[in-house]
Amino acid sequence: MKPINELRLEFPSRSANEGFARTAVASFLAQLDPAVDEMADVRTAVSEAVTNCIVHAYPDRIGPVIVQVRLYRNGRVIIRVKDRGCGIPDVEKAMEPLFTTGGEERSGLGFSVMESFTDRLKVTSRVGKGTTVTMEKYIAVRQP
Amino acid sequence: MVTRMETGPGQVTVYLSGELDHHAARPLREQIDGIAERCGAKKLRLDFEGVPFMDSSGIGLIMGRYRMMCALGGELQVTGMSERLRSIMRLGGLERLPIFPQQKGEHNETDQ
Repeated sequence: MKPINELRLEFPSRSANEGFARTAVASFLAQLDPAVDEMADVRTAVSEAVTNCIVHAYPDRIGPVIVQVRLYRNGRVIIRVKDRGCGIPDVEKAMEPLFTTGGEERSGLGFSVMESFTDRLKVTSRVGKGTTVTMEKYIAVRQP
Repeated sequence: MVTRMETGPGQVTVYLSGELDHHAARPLREQIDGIAERCGAKKLRLDFEGVPFMDSSGIGLIMGRYRMMCALGGELQVTGMSERLRSIMRLGGLERLPIFPQQKGEHNETDQ
């Protein structure tokens, strides 16, 4: 199925861009007229995915973060957050709630938040190549 | 960011504002810890009324301050959270920590 609209963003993995990324995705989604909660779900999930790239994919350098949003009929939204960073050796382990390699001040709940605020989450990663997080979210179509 | 603080006998309240993400968390943590250290208060209250957005970085920040206050033999309280922020706290299991003061109309499960 072809998307009815598409957004692609690329920016360096600077933490100042976390706010920009979630706000840009939310603005793009506004054309679907989402409910306040749906919008907040997406903002939070995107924030987590982009933060992961900044904290984990490029721990000691700045690299590219690519955010792609595709809108389909019936309110289906696919959001991809991609990096070309270090990759995750054990994706299953990384997705366990509370597991973190980010130190004391990181909660280890990034993937848990993405999982609970979207309808589907897929993580693919190759060590040395990078990680792609794909999130699917259905925005309820409101009858006029 | 910290917009306001109030000190009382043995306690300090820090009013936070703005979006709490990973980018905001570090300077905010340093500000809060600086205030807590200067005041030497046994009770630290963080007010989230002015925080419209928070992701899991907020959970990390609260957990860190909770551990710090426990280590000092003190107490942490969290107030002013929207239902949205509370739902993120629940994901982290933080609802179980004794950091939410009882609000009017709310009762403990053990209350009759």
